[in-house]
Amino acid sequence: MGDEVVLLDTFVSVFGMRVRIALAEKGIQYEYKEEDLMNKSHLLLQMNPIHKKIPVLIHNGKPICESLIIVEYIDEVWKDKSPPLMPSDPYKRAHARFWADYIGKKIYDGGKKIWTTKVEDQEAANKEFIECLKVLEGELGDKPYFDGESFGFVDLALIPYYSWFPAYEKFGKFSIEPECPKFVAWAKRCMQKENVSKYLSDPDKIYDFVVMLRQRMGIA
Amino acid sequence: MAENDVKLLGSWPSTFVMRPRIALNVKSVCYDFLEEQLSSKSDLLLKSNPVYKKIPVLIHDGKSICESLNIVQYIDEKWTNSGPSILPLDPYDRAIARFWACYIDDKWFPIFRSLAVAQGEDAIKAALEPVFDGLVLLEDAFKNCGKGKKFFGGDKIGYVDIALGCFLGWMRVTEKMNNVTLLDEAKIPVVSVGCGV
Repeated sequence: MGDEVVLLDTFVSVFGMRVRIALAEKGIQYEYKEEDLMNKSHLLLQMNPIHKKIPVLIHNGKPICESLIIVEYIDEVWKDKSPPLMPSDPYKRAHARFWADYIGKKIYDGGKKIWTTKVEDQEAANKEFIECLKVLEGELGDKPYFDGESFGFVDLALIPYYSWFPAYEKFGKFSIEPECPKFVAWAKRCMQKENVSKYLSDPDKIYDFVVMLRQRMGIA
Repeated sequence: MAENDVKLLGSWPSTFVMRPRIALNVKSVCYDFLEEQLSSKSDLLLKSNPVYKKIPVLIHDGKSICESLNIVQYIDEKWTNSGPSILPLDPYDRAIARFWACYIDDKWFPIFRSLAVAQGEDAIKAALEPVFDGLVLLEDAFKNCGKGKKFFGGDKIGYVDIALGCFLGWMRVTEKMNNVTLLDEAKIPVVSVGCGV
């Protein structure tokens, strides 16, 4: 029986990028539907009535919401397709989920603060973001990837934010690489993977999107 | 008495600590409960959870696992052959269970906490409505996930039962202290009965 897979997403979303990478890693064919978040489709509102957010994966008509839940779902449904997205050992899985959750709690809000904050709070916002990246650098250590020798769940959860770095740097008027060289080296390593570089959105388009959002929000 | 290789760092009133306690009981795992004084955190806690320095922390064979729902999933995956499974077996049902547990933590708990600390009739009334709206949503989820049975997990306690059930004591206290009714059997019969009203 053929699988019908649809992804509701928007091109700038780090959460959507996670799912795109996961589907690519597993070689899953799907229909991509770009959502206009100012004018959400009836399908999105029907498939995610609780949060009304993307990404939503619709598999044979049934919706799955929340990016990391979708990624685990993809890994479990297509467990016969390599590579595995999650480790098999329960402790390593718990460790991976912990860091993916940390990323969700810290990096999204930290990054958003950089381009929404008032001028007088900019330096503090930048510093807070760098500190979170340094915590992640500590966790990475000398490993090529967060999950060890190969690209895995934590790498997948984190790498989409790299496409937003140029926007953060422009609005924050700071440079991330001198502060977090190990992090940027890891990101560049991930970008060598075709399924990452192909599905991370264009940083220039993300920057233009943030310019538009800031105007809409009334930020100078 | 032999020392258990499973230790849980926690504090008896903590709702989040209750989650791994329930899960360990479901799996009949013996463990040592190490009571933490949150005003004076132990070296073990600070070493085991250096990122957040919070309870609960499960320490198994010397390795620490943090964040309550993460611990529950670990317990389910590690002791897979002991006791019933906590998460459903079907990948779609698992995704739905994870979704509702996330909803409880990310959306419902913060608004419940606002109610629990609200002072004054007006503040309590304002805080009550979104909490109740959340419970009504969970009522629908209960019907869909439980498929007409006693728990979110069906015939047995499952992941979402553990995620929500840990708040039962605090819900009861909030009802008494703020003179409100949360678990109203007339309005949310399935959740109320599931919580043992």
